[in-house]
Amino acid sequence: MDRDLAHLSDEALLSLIASSDEAALAELYDRFGGVAYGLALRILRDETLAQDAVQEAFLAVWRTADRFLAERARASTWVLTLVHRRAVDLVRREERRRGDPLESALEPSAAQTVDEEAELGFRRRVVQEALRRLPPDQRQALELGYYGGLTQSEVAERLGQPLGTVKSRMFTGLARLRELLAQAGLEESLSP
Amino acid sequence: MAEDVHALVGPYALDALDEGAERGFEEHLALCERCREELAGLREAAASLAYGVPRATPPPELKQRILAQARAERANVVPLRRRRNWTAPLAATAAIAACAAVVLGVWAASLSNSPDPLEKVLSKPGARLVSMGNAGGVAVAPDGTAVLALALPRAPVGKTYEAWVIRDGQPIRAGVFSGSAGTSIVEIDRPVGRGTIIAVTLERAGGVSKPTRKPLAKSREVA
Repeated sequence: MDRDLAHLSDEALLSLIASSDEAALAELYDRFGGVAYGLALRILRDETLAQDAVQEAFLAVWRTADRFLAERARASTWVLTLVHRRAVDLVRREERRRGDPLESALEPSAAQTVDEEAELGFRRRVVQEALRRLPPDQRQALELGYYGGLTQSEVAERLGQPLGTVKSRMFTGLARLRELLAQAGLEESLSP
Repeated sequence: MAEDVHALVGPYALDALDEGAERGFEEHLALCERCREELAGLREAAASLAYGVPRATPPPELKQRILAQARAERANVVPLRRRRNWTAPLAATAAIAACAAVVLGVWAASLSNSPDPLEKVLSKPGARLVSMGNAGGVAVAPDGTAVLALALPRAPVGKTYEAWVIRDGQPIRAGVFSGSAGTSIVEIDRPVGRGTIIAVTLERAGGVSKPTRKPLAKSREVA
């Protein structure tokens, strides 16, 4: 355990995990545990269930990291996708879709919690800003699907829109979000 | 209908398909390069939404639980429970794609020496390589001769790969082969004309007269 894993990329960590390296799993958890738990809480709104989702997702990482190696995805994408899937599985299983998934993830841009690491705070601002710039109907479709854990049919029903409209809002919304994030990343790296 | 399936890529990237639709889309995904590419980008955008909510500090026991469980599993290798794993079909095909790309590149680049069937076709004027997705492709010459170059693993016992030339929606048998660890080079024993599609299915040993399975690899219409 006296190896220093902090300098390794996420992808390198995953290849260590694929060879059953526990210390690498611990390091990966330290990197993504907080984001994963925040996401799971948002979807499940229940601490116990959220912990279950995070636990299942990290164990899925542990069991299937070898399969990631042939992926074309970034490690962070892969890990967070697993977390999202577990959380959505659980929320559907528990039929526990209370609260108001319509509530927007958007917050006033000034309100940042102080104890967030700078990197996360920055990412969060970028994502929030990108969401803010999406056309409202696309943003709503993404939020209901991703944070609400609703299926496309449930989203259609809730919005009173045809299914085809929801599909295309989800697609266009994600594609646009991707562009906005890319632009934001670029702008940031160009400015001092 | 086909259009409909492509349109599911957005909802799929958000995990917003119910189980039945999801399974259907994953089958489609195994065969649709375009959707796989699109999905990769949309997934990234979707995953970044995780950063849009405040992070939260899980209780310290959670980490201990996860590590303890991981340790226990390593000790007695449990069978994988795998219901919704978007990576499963892709991992295999991505690996194959890498091989196939290299192999085709090498073939195309060294068209001088060995008198193998692929070279014979590719050295004809106007010959071209048509992609069949991640598994590789087919070389087609204007005179209708064609050769498959596919990275398909050895077929399971009792099974064989069978090639088809599909003309006006009608599949015509075009040879069987067993696959191998490397790239299989297989001559197609039917003329391949414009507008036809080449496909490969996995069938019972000896081959069948009509495909019984969905294609594992399929080209676009030969132009």
